[in-house]
Amino acid sequence: MLSAKQYKSGVKPIWCPGCGHFAVLNAITKAFAALEQAPEDAVLVSGIGCSSRLPAYINSYGFHGVHGRALPVAAGLKVARPDLNVIAMGGDGDGFSIGGNHFLHACRRNVDIVYIVMDNEVYGMTKGQASPTTPARWEHSKLTPHGPEVRPFQPCAIALASGASFIARGYSGDPNGLAHMLFEAVQHPGFAFIQVLSQCPTFCPEQKQWKETVHLEEVCTDDPVKAAAFLHGDDGLSKGIFYRQPRPTWPVEHPDTQPTNLRKSFEI
Amino acid sequence: MTNLTIAMVGSGGTGVVTAGEILLRAAAKQGLYGVLRKTFGPQIRGGESAAIVRLGSEVVTNLSGRIDLLLVLDWSNFQRFADEIPVTESTILIADKAAGEYPANLPQPQQTLTLDFLGLAKTLGSGHSNLALLGYVTGWLGCTPEITELAIRHRLQKHPQETIELAIAVALGGTQLQLEQPIPLKPVLPLPTHSTGQKNAQNLWVANGNQLTGLGALEAGIRFVAAYPITPASDVLEWIAGEIESVGGHLVQAEDELAAVNMAIGAGFGGVPAMTATSGPGMALMSEAMGLAVASETPLVVVDVMRGGPSTGIPTKSEQSDFNLAVYGLHGDAPHVVLSALSISDCHFTAGWAAEIASERQSLVIVLSDQFLGQSSQIMPPAASTGFSANTEQAILAQGEAGEAAPYFRYLDTDSGISPIALPGQPDGMFTADGLEHNAAAIPSPKAADHQQQLAKRLRKLDSLVESPHWAEVHGQGSLLLICWGSLYQVSLEAQTRLRAKGIDITVMGIRLLAPLPLEKIKQAMGQARQTLVIEQNQQGQFAHYLRSFDWQGLGPDQLSFHQYCRPGPALFSPVEIVGQVEKLIDKGMSSC
Repeated sequence: MLSAKQYKSGVKPIWCPGCGHFAVLNAITKAFAALEQAPEDAVLVSGIGCSSRLPAYINSYGFHGVHGRALPVAAGLKVARPDLNVIAMGGDGDGFSIGGNHFLHACRRNVDIVYIVMDNEVYGMTKGQASPTTPARWEHSKLTPHGPEVRPFQPCAIALASGASFIARGYSGDPNGLAHMLFEAVQHPGFAFIQVLSQCPTFCPEQKQWKETVHLEEVCTDDPVKAAAFLHGDDGLSKGIFYRQPRPTWPVEHPDTQPTNLRKSFEI
Repeated sequence: MTNLTIAMVGSGGTGVVTAGEILLRAAAKQGLYGVLRKTFGPQIRGGESAAIVRLGSEVVTNLSGRIDLLLVLDWSNFQRFADEIPVTESTILIADKAAGEYPANLPQPQQTLTLDFLGLAKTLGSGHSNLALLGYVTGWLGCTPEITELAIRHRLQKHPQETIELAIAVALGGTQLQLEQPIPLKPVLPLPTHSTGQKNAQNLWVANGNQLTGLGALEAGIRFVAAYPITPASDVLEWIAGEIESVGGHLVQAEDELAAVNMAIGAGFGGVPAMTATSGPGMALMSEAMGLAVASETPLVVVDVMRGGPSTGIPTKSEQSDFNLAVYGLHGDAPHVVLSALSISDCHFTAGWAAEIASERQSLVIVLSDQFLGQSSQIMPPAASTGFSANTEQAILAQGEAGEAAPYFRYLDTDSGISPIALPGQPDGMFTADGLEHNAAAIPSPKAADHQQQLAKRLRKLDSLVESPHWAEVHGQGSLLLICWGSLYQVSLEAQTRLRAKGIDITVMGIRLLAPLPLEKIKQAMGQARQTLVIEQNQQGQFAHYLRSFDWQGLGPDQLSFHQYCRPGPALFSPVEIVGQVEKLIDKGMSSC
């Protein structure tokens, strides 16, 4: 049995002081300790961005791929190697913008993986551009001087509409709550999505307010209609597990498949 | 070899391609060899569609460029086939009564016959004039009604019984019609001999290159395939989808090509040999992730069944214009392997070899096939086992091996350039694979020394590949060396035979290993050849440009000049066309052959 600390690889994170991602890193190690996760049987898969650097910081296998494609890498790995605990992760730009299509289809496909999006509403690594979850009037990027002027993406509602079977929102200011959520997500059979409000002290200092405004909502349901009603009325700052309804995972096994002679069909 | 070519033309949905597939099966059962090229417009229904079947007494791998017998169910849009189905005065033409107006701008064949195939089908309660036409042709070829029937049952085996019985009745009606209204002035064609007889037919296969690509991959141990539909690669994926579960693997239909290639990379990282297949536009989308496979040293096979480009281009027809994309299309310095399949049956061999190389060298292998190879069916002897295996233990970190160098150095700078790979689940090999440049210990690093070390290692690990005996097929010995790749190899061999009949000997080299280029092997194989002609089916001579970029020191000036003949698709190269190019070169008086 390993302690939470022993799940850290010792590689020093590149993150800024005060970055919310440290809390996510700690939550993962705590959840792994609670799960008694064999380090060699876990694979953390990420895309590109500040948060996508996380796999290197954990004592397990990792795959740091290209921008936006953590989910397909993770899904391919899990389908090929169902014995592994596969956790995909990344930021809001990676997951909801360049990787948006994969997000929809990962929810729908329901491969048994966990997906953690560390959502700080900004592209940090490229120095502060608006992301799909940035407020419409956020005017701090040179790229969008008037603000993005586009309604923010609603990750949890979209996950629900796309068929995700486990939907939760955590907060970097509450690493224990996050560790608990992750513990549940890993044990959930199927695609488990956790949006983490993970503050960016460098580009979005205003997110300090989350300490006051984020609120716990104990509304977990297996009824998609109720979950939809809640999520559409939500202010985006509630945390908790909102929805979980186990449903068949992909790939569906076909135990009656017989070994065949691959060459038979060519014979004339 | 005696051979003849039959073209059957209709609009999409009239079933001429099905007729072609049945004809090929009947020929196989008759002990003949042949190849079937399907050609269509981009529409699924209502466009133009044709089956071109070339039959012969020995193995047939390519078309001749000549049409001996043309059967037409529908003249509309026929002009779109002008380049592919050249009508000459000596073509024998049979048209259905309902085919419409004879196109004004076509030469008038000397022998024409109008028959009521549709009327015949209708009297039997069917609308399938294609089957009446089919029976007419099989009868004319000398197939017995039993053989025609067997071929129909084989092709339509998944159809309801009554459909099959009706199809047989219509086809045999066509055979009867052939007795009543035979082709005039026969025999006018060099009819294939039936010497091989039915017994040998038991051993023959009918397969297309896309299916054989799938077979080669699965036999070599590919057990994960990610798929996104694209013409003309979809049937690689569809064939695999029907078979992969029976060997314990999985095929995933991805949401796009970006997902497909990344899924395959994920599976490859997990130690399960993985592949995807696509065509030019799809491979362009995969390009970024192919760079990731190179940087992270994840085994990956990508098959590109080429079609006319750029963009949507001519999606249903063949071209060799993705050479540059395959060889140069990755960002950064990204050494990888590019193979080309040299015939329909070679798709099997090359796919297997690709799977083995990818696994053994932890590398990206791109296989270039094309629409002709992929979608043309051939009667052939059963494919020999390739013996390739994507499950090579030598590349995998042995138990306890990592203990000597703790922490485990995933990207250890070895002499061969190949570092022992650890697979998830191995307790002593944990690492994070990275698209970021990294040091030997897999820790991200922007240092010049690490970058240079890892770049050199990734280049070096492919070096010894050029020693492989599979690098090319070289045939014959002459003072002119014809260099080609992919589907042009078989056509070039036929051109070589035709030239020999004229007293001209040439060497034909079909290169299977396009990158890394086996330069020394090519130099050696040039042997006594004093001239070199490079041919390819693209506008800009992509392959010839590539060849010229190497250091050819030690060769004579004529060899160095790399005469080139290139032109785009969609018309296939014909043996006659190649013969003409060779003769033109020789006529320039540069040498006597």
